[in-house]
Amino acid sequence: MANLKPGDRAIPFTLPGVDDKEHALSDYADKEAVVVIFSCNHCPYVQAWEDRMIQIQADYADKGVQLIAISANDAKKYPADSFPKMKERAREKGFNFPYLYDETQEVARAYGAERTPEVSLFDKAGVLRYHGAIDDNYEDPNAVRHHYLRDALDAVLAGQDPPVQETPPVGCTIKWK
Amino acid sequence: MEIQFLYYEECPSHEKALERLRQVMAEEGIQAEIEIIKVETEEQARRWRFVGSPTILINGQDIDPPPADAYYALTCRAYRLEDGRISPLPSTAMIRRALRAARASL
Repeated sequence: MANLKPGDRAIPFTLPGVDDKEHALSDYADKEAVVVIFSCNHCPYVQAWEDRMIQIQADYADKGVQLIAISANDAKKYPADSFPKMKERAREKGFNFPYLYDETQEVARAYGAERTPEVSLFDKAGVLRYHGAIDDNYEDPNAVRHHYLRDALDAVLAGQDPPVQETPPVGCTIKWK
Repeated sequence: MEIQFLYYEECPSHEKALERLRQVMAEEGIQAEIEIIKVETEEQARRWRFVGSPTILINGQDIDPPPADAYYALTCRAYRLEDGRISPLPSTAMIRRALRAARASL
């Protein structure tokens, strides 16, 4: 169960990224919106949605939107999710957003994250405006009927409430230690 | 024909995958029983050579044989579709090919 509900404020964090730099949520305080996505390498749901994540960042970068992906999976049991493998994945896919490693799983636990991918959209004031899935079809991007995240971003950027504020995240469970 | 359907409860795709398997079997006129196996422990995952949920075995053969270095784990399984995309579900075409190959070998 997510620990944050729409209207709650973002929980600060600082984590290492695949670029070998430390990334704090506060580094992005000047953005119009920040999308925190609990993610990982090995999950097929993440892989199915990954290109859409990249496209959303590309489409909304000029509007002041920043995606941040965080992997918290236990890399001992799931070696495909190790930090070196995260670096490989980010390079291969050409991630245009930071990909951070939550090795202690403290950030994922603080957020109450359960699945990968699991999206939390925060507005400029750091208030949660949407939580859940990226859209309603992991299998086929051409068959999506409800673009939850894009619709929520459009609404927040227009100063309005998202049409849908919560959906169940769909994906793999986070692999806890 | 022996058909086994292995799944891990925490992966949400297994019901849809089982429905897809049943649908393709009906279309192909195959009336075999499906043995449904819930994989719950890492030990079971190793014993079944379970690389992720869902996994479909036909006459003991994986419909999409995993690479030799794949590890056995309680997780969701990635299938590469015909168009190169990754999906948590095997495609209808993948299931159909495996069923037809198994039938041809009988």
